[in-house]
Amino acid sequence: MSATNSLPLSLKPSPRLWLPGSQHIGLTLAFLYLTILILAAIAPHFLTHGNPYGIAPREAFTAPCWQHPLGTDQSGRDMWTRLIFGARSSLVIGIGSILLALCVALSLAIPGAFGGPFAEQCVKWVFEILFSFPTVVLALLLTALFSSGTFPLIVAVGIGAAPGYGRMLFGQFLTIRHAGFIEAARSLGHSPAQILTRHLIPNAFRPLLIAGAMGIGQTIIWASSLSFLGLGAPPPAAEWGTMLAMGRDYIAEAWWITFFPGVAIVLTMLATTTLGRFLKNRFETTTS
Amino acid sequence: MILLPNTSFIILKKFILRVGGACLVLFAATTLTFITLQLAPGDPVTAILGGSANPTPETIKEIRTEYGLDKRLIVQYALHIWHVLSGHLGSSFSQHMPVKDVLWQQAPPTLKLMLSSLLLAWGFAILSVTLSAKKPLFDSAFSSLETFFAGLPQFWIGIILLWLFAYQLGLLPPAGTHGFSSLILPSLSLAIPLGGFLAQVMRESFKTTLDQPFVLTARARGLSDTAVRFRHVLRHALLPGVSLSTWAIGALVGNAVAVEFIFSRQGLGRQLFLAVSMHDMPLVTGIILFISVIYVIASFLADTLYVIIDPRIQEARA
Repeated sequence: MSATNSLPLSLKPSPRLWLPGSQHIGLTLAFLYLTILILAAIAPHFLTHGNPYGIAPREAFTAPCWQHPLGTDQSGRDMWTRLIFGARSSLVIGIGSILLALCVALSLAIPGAFGGPFAEQCVKWVFEILFSFPTVVLALLLTALFSSGTFPLIVAVGIGAAPGYGRMLFGQFLTIRHAGFIEAARSLGHSPAQILTRHLIPNAFRPLLIAGAMGIGQTIIWASSLSFLGLGAPPPAAEWGTMLAMGRDYIAEAWWITFFPGVAIVLTMLATTTLGRFLKNRFETTTS
Repeated sequence: MILLPNTSFIILKKFILRVGGACLVLFAATTLTFITLQLAPGDPVTAILGGSANPTPETIKEIRTEYGLDKRLIVQYALHIWHVLSGHLGSSFSQHMPVKDVLWQQAPPTLKLMLSSLLLAWGFAILSVTLSAKKPLFDSAFSSLETFFAGLPQFWIGIILLWLFAYQLGLLPPAGTHGFSSLILPSLSLAIPLGGFLAQVMRESFKTTLDQPFVLTARARGLSDTAVRFRHVLRHALLPGVSLSTWAIGALVGNAVAVEFIFSRQGLGRQLFLAVSMHDMPLVTGIILFISVIYVIASFLADTLYVIIDPRIQEARA
């Protein structure tokens, strides 16, 4: 097997073709999960009849059973209902912060790659500095700056994630800076602004989309780890990270309060990564 | 290789650039910390006074003068930079002891934690990739396992491990800083996602290297499959992992915050979090400077390791 593979001539199917069988299953599952997630975010009442904030002290700490498939928390609130209602804020945080991160990254990478050698050096330094400053520490300081809540969380995670994407985009822009189509546009007399909006951004769109799809899961994890530390929405909120943090105090007697929000976060991460990887294989023409 | 006179100049120039860049990074980290803490709402005076109730306006004024908080912002900034440059990190507002002592006390547990999780992560990544890449069944199984590991949030693994090993099985202590047994669970919760991530990156280049002609040559010389993998292919697959490790150290510090909280460990992450929330400027500056120094050292080590693993790079760079 490996001997035939190591021959210089290999007959691999082109990456543009449909995926082999085993990857189909993963992709289908990811699509299914994301559909449910989006449904939960748009119309949570469709998936549950309960109230995420309805307290029932008598039913506190009920283990998973028929009535409460995922159990109840310390105030008797149904975990399934709370998870469904938490989908919206998680998706908003994930998508919002990835959009912010990509915008910040673009606004650093474009002047860096096309603004002359001085700007290029400056942007390189900015990236170096932002990298030495751990992302989570940056987010920590930013959340301290804005107090806690959903919006500050988006800003903190978005700015924290920006240098990673910025460096990636910067590298890509540097390689296409002298590409044929840019030179052609320049020799046709297009202004830099025109080249930027008509040629560069449309060309960068696909890698941006892929990076965004791959990144949503990661930003959801970052956001939930910040709200786990108490920097997100305050406790009664039906937010996955906050719910997980609350369960930490009862871990010895009621594992389900912590376990299921974590499962939701992990599944979201896996689903978005699978989707992102599919997009990457399908649309990115890599030469290996 | 003959060392031309020119080469030593290039090395010197690179060294100076490197040190200059490191200084710039440290300076920027200090400034960034100063600005953010100035912008943050709240008052350092409350941190200095601790929990004591209702200070009189005179007390507040006294403290402001004592700590230099009544001076103009630009003067405060200049003084701050001067103190840092002359090596005086000052004393912590909230801990009422010199920042140096706090660092001395809190750094070793965090460094131990980071080192052991890096080792565990590398161990997992190397074994998982080397033993399974391009082997039917194993390859896809292990690569799915790596994706799964990479997607696990550290704080969640921490809690699950805590529940399983400390509360259900009672094998390991649930909290604490001292002793080897208290290090196992925290390092595992940091190492599992990191190991998955490193392995994902290494697998890609391991597979492309397996297709290289020199691998065929090695096989033709009669080397066993395992020998080929460990002695010839692994070296190539290590490179992307090494360059990621610098990034990983930055990420480890951040993730250590949550893990140190879960396992009630002493450490820089937890201390930094407390210091930020209490506006303890000297302590925050001290910890962030310390982290930046570690980052700078790590990135230097990673570059050196890179050249040791792949000697072609030195020739290409010089």
